[in-house]
Amino acid sequence: MQPREKKSNKKMLAAVGIILVVLIAVGAYYSFGTTNPPATTTTSGINTMTYESMQPVTLNGAGATFPFPLISKMSAEYNKLYPAVQINYQSIGSGGGIRQFTVKTVDFGASDAPLSDAQFANVTGPLHIPFTIGGVVPTYNVPGVDSGLKFTGPILADIFLGKITKWNDPQLVAINPGVNLPSADIIVVHRSDGSGTTYVWTNYLSDVSSEWKENVGKSTSVNWPVGLGGKGNEGVAGIVTQNPNSLGYNEFAYATINKITFGAVQNAAGNYVLPSLESFTAAVSAASSTLPKGDENWSKVSIIDSIVSNSSAANAYPVTSFSYLLVYKELNIIPGMDLNRAKALVSFLWWTVHDGQQYASPLVYVPLPGSVVTLDEATIKTITFNGQSVFQG
Amino acid sequence: MQAISKRNNDARLTSAQPVSFKPLAILSHGQRLTADRAFKLVAGGISSIVLVILVAIVFELYQQSRLSIDAFGIEFIWGTVWDPAISEVFGALPVIYGTLVTSVLALLFGVPLSLGTAIVLSELAPQSLRSPASFVVELLAAIPSVIYGLWGIFTLAPALRDYAYPAVQSALGFLPLFQGPISGLGVLTGGIILAIMIIPTVSAVSRDVLAAVPDTQREAAFALGASRWQAAKTVLSYGRSGIIGATILGLGRAVGETMAITMVIGNRFDIFTSLFEPGYTMAAIIANEFTEATFDLYLSALIEVGLILFIVATTVNVVARLIVWRSMKMVRGAVLE
Repeated sequence: MQPREKKSNKKMLAAVGIILVVLIAVGAYYSFGTTNPPATTTTSGINTMTYESMQPVTLNGAGATFPFPLISKMSAEYNKLYPAVQINYQSIGSGGGIRQFTVKTVDFGASDAPLSDAQFANVTGPLHIPFTIGGVVPTYNVPGVDSGLKFTGPILADIFLGKITKWNDPQLVAINPGVNLPSADIIVVHRSDGSGTTYVWTNYLSDVSSEWKENVGKSTSVNWPVGLGGKGNEGVAGIVTQNPNSLGYNEFAYATINKITFGAVQNAAGNYVLPSLESFTAAVSAASSTLPKGDENWSKVSIIDSIVSNSSAANAYPVTSFSYLLVYKELNIIPGMDLNRAKALVSFLWWTVHDGQQYASPLVYVPLPGSVVTLDEATIKTITFNGQSVFQG
Repeated sequence: MQAISKRNNDARLTSAQPVSFKPLAILSHGQRLTADRAFKLVAGGISSIVLVILVAIVFELYQQSRLSIDAFGIEFIWGTVWDPAISEVFGALPVIYGTLVTSVLALLFGVPLSLGTAIVLSELAPQSLRSPASFVVELLAAIPSVIYGLWGIFTLAPALRDYAYPAVQSALGFLPLFQGPISGLGVLTGGIILAIMIIPTVSAVSRDVLAAVPDTQREAAFALGASRWQAAKTVLSYGRSGIIGATILGLGRAVGETMAITMVIGNRFDIFTSLFEPGYTMAAIIANEFTEATFDLYLSALIEVGLILFIVATTVNVVARLIVWRSMKMVRGAVLE
């Protein structure tokens, strides 16, 4: 028995060895084939043509977690149309995305917040391409109270400042006639991890409360005056659904898909608006007339800032925000970039703001309104490689 | 020789195959010296890699946290403000405090449970139950910590909030430790989750330690008329240094645990006085805020928290080691009470 066992062991080892060698060889072929195209292929025009049609391209992106499901869907659909182009997106967070974009280790970044003044000054020729829209909604769990509880900005700020502590506070009762609010303490829940969602939420609270603006401010994470911290959207949602009388905030898509009760927020026109794809679109349309050009500084751009005092936008939901793709205007500054990759990137960007938008609504993202698409078109057309325009009509 | 051939015969009887022995190669004196030297060199080289990695980690952590060290100096350690938005001031005391308190709670709850398990598995349980029961306990160690966290947030925390904590508060509410509103998520829940997570490590190592205690100890105890509990006590005190070693392993896991604790502790950057209040730990704040640390000083402050975590973990280990050495001296003189 023993010798035979030994022999079969050796056979197994040999088989495993062969499989490993083959796997490594295939892996090496692909990784070298995609990132280091042979130098000779780009020297003559004919070779470049064959290279373009034959060689696969992998575009690398990194950044925000919020648009990850959408980017992932768009990448898959784009790959079906153009099998040679693979898009590899790492959802490591907006901060990480901006950092990788700055050090040029990715072909594009994605962020829920625009580059700050300092970040903008730190890089050469960054372009902002708003490519989808999201909103942040107050989520709550009050026994006996359904979706649609009404909030105003100042009330939300006071709750998150710890100044309003009871659900039956006179201010809440006054704007919610007929709703039986309990005399229980409000359990405030916020994100514990740094996130674009927190940036959007604190941006709104800063706009509606000077006390919030001076003492807490807006950032991806802040020094919270009160409350429990939950990790990620799922952490906040978990605490809210598990704890009666709690109030938190979540991305609209997450709250909708997971059926968490959320409230309406009063806008500048005085209307209590429920978050919905329509009310987000209304907010963006009202704000888009003031947007800068793609190659300008976007650090001051905030739909929230422009909608919070715009009383003509009657149906706009105030806590609405863009998600951006970040690319360089002159692509040759990215190591390993060549004309072929540049063309693939520009074609993907163009597709994203046009045909790609059809995948937004099914995933509860807001498709771009026409005015923003026009702005993005102009931005994408300015992208160059070695000074030459990359866009092909 | 006779014994060996007899064993061979027995083997042939049972497996019908002779057991083959491979003779060792015979080396000359010079060859043996070279071989020993080479072996010593290779083994020494490999083990020194660990040391090099350790030094490299400390150096890198220090290097990356320079910005924060220069900005806040030693005050970082007792600073209680963590404000990345407005003042951009950072201090780490609440998370250092939170880490120490939750780890101590974990040991407080986890070690007695683990020791009980170990005693049952090595002294009391019938032979046929021992290995399946140990297997189940060790299986707990294979559960990913995010699963513990999710279970904590959806099952443990609501159960504690609704049943256990109100009872604790009505009995011990006069102590500041058990006052204030109960939300289920807080320092005590964090300590309990950590306790559950260290049980497999501490009990598995303790069981091995107890199993290694020579049977002469038990026999001597029983011969002197000891009850099972007295005999178990003798065995425990014989294996004390090993048990403390097991506890250190558990403590290491508790101090460094990230995912499960951050899901149940409430992540509140504050010095708490009640165990029902939310708190925060060093590992949790690093995991939470690292990806979105948007400016250099912020990132550097988080890395300095990592450096402090490293120092705290090392200090805890050294202190525990010293305790083990002391107790080992005492064990030699241990007698049955």
